[in-house]
Amino acid sequence: MPSPRYWREMPQRYRLEASQCTECGKVSFPPRIVCGCGARDFKKTNVSETGTIVSYTTIRVAPDAFVIQAPYNIAIVEADNGVRITTQVVDCAPEELAIGKKVKFVFRKLYEEGHCGIINYGYKAVLV
Amino acid sequence: MVGIVGYGSYVPRYRIKVEEIAHQWGKDSSAVKRGLLLQEKTVPGLDEDTITISVEAAKNALKRAEIAPEEIGALYIGSESHPYAVKPSGTVVAEALGIVPNVHIADYEFACKAGTEAMFVAHGLVKADLLKYAMGIGADTSQGAPGDALEFSASAGGSAFIFGKGNIVAEIIDTFSYTTDTPDFWRREGAFYPLHGGRFTGEPAYFKHVLGAGRAILEKSGYKASDFAYAIFHMPNGKFPLTAGKKLGFRKEQMEPGWIVPLMGNTYSGSSPTGFSATLDVAKPGDLILLVSFGSGAGSDAFIFKVTERINEVRNKAITVKELLEQNRIYLDYGQYAKYRGKIIMNE
Repeated sequence: MPSPRYWREMPQRYRLEASQCTECGKVSFPPRIVCGCGARDFKKTNVSETGTIVSYTTIRVAPDAFVIQAPYNIAIVEADNGVRITTQVVDCAPEELAIGKKVKFVFRKLYEEGHCGIINYGYKAVLV
Repeated sequence: MVGIVGYGSYVPRYRIKVEEIAHQWGKDSSAVKRGLLLQEKTVPGLDEDTITISVEAAKNALKRAEIAPEEIGALYIGSESHPYAVKPSGTVVAEALGIVPNVHIADYEFACKAGTEAMFVAHGLVKADLLKYAMGIGADTSQGAPGDALEFSASAGGSAFIFGKGNIVAEIIDTFSYTTDTPDFWRREGAFYPLHGGRFTGEPAYFKHVLGAGRAILEKSGYKASDFAYAIFHMPNGKFPLTAGKKLGFRKEQMEPGWIVPLMGNTYSGSSPTGFSATLDVAKPGDLILLVSFGSGAGSDAFIFKVTERINEVRNKAITVKELLEQNRIYLDYGQYAKYRGKIIMNE
């Protein structure tokens, strides 16, 4: 993730900022310009702090920046307000994960741009 | 009435036991446990640092304060393990909490007392009516050199305190700072691990400043040790705070709730603030609490708090320190610990 994109995505990565359609009430993450229902009016909201694992996998052969974390877990989490997010599930062994388990979102380091580059932060999930 | 409107802590789930470190370096674990009164210490996850710990502690403080983040006018973080040499930790934390852009931010560094420095300044700004609310955080992912005595204690965690004038859970009755130039512990720019004066870090450094600040604030305020329900002294190991408290006239029962070092280790800037947070978790309205920090270099900040009725309303709105320390622990062996603490040199 190059630095300018990291800056632009801070409201979503740091605070899980989303948009809620004023017509149909659907919450979109990341925020959208046009809702699936065709409406264009949104109000700012946030993805719920907790959610449920919909699906998951364990990465054992990781990309270079994540080798030190392997094996690590990736899950699709459905937040309590309906938003589905792909996220790392940390602080647990792969065998602890199961579909339907409750998680909460936490603020963690995503990765470092080498020894001298910026540190990218954002959301991950932990089991509750 | 100026005081704390919300407080919160965060401790990583990872732990390493004294036996594991002692075994690695051929030391007698029972002697270390007896000498330093330590059992285990917290270790940050691979994706945790002072910034992530500060964010989680601050979220817990906001839950108890029940205020909008935008109302906070200043955010100060004290740490000796800020992830960047140049670039504030506070900006990331404020952005994550939704406090930006109308906020004053600074990072503090004063070895183990940077957390209470942040609290001291946040309190002063609110008291001076410059700000409605200000947040002070003490957090660290402390480093001790491999094989050094510090490796048994240097740990990770932190606590956040929001200061304000309404709806407070603990009023600040008095403050005092005691500081001299004492090179008892230091880390030069670019050095990976700190160095220290070994046995000379006790009497001329820790005890001189903790007792100096403690005696001065008792004299200034007119209170005696027996007037306090609880007292917290900086915890570089298990023994020092109990000895300092005894010399000031405190009983072990007064120090017990805040004496978290046997399970947590020395969380440097987060040490005495987290002990204070653990004490608030059990305090009753009307209780007086003495908090004395210590930072090498060297100095101590002392505070006297009086707990209000609101403590009973907010205590259970966030996780307690006891729960953080005793639940869901993941134990590491020394090899995993070395990896988690970045002690293994990797290729780019």
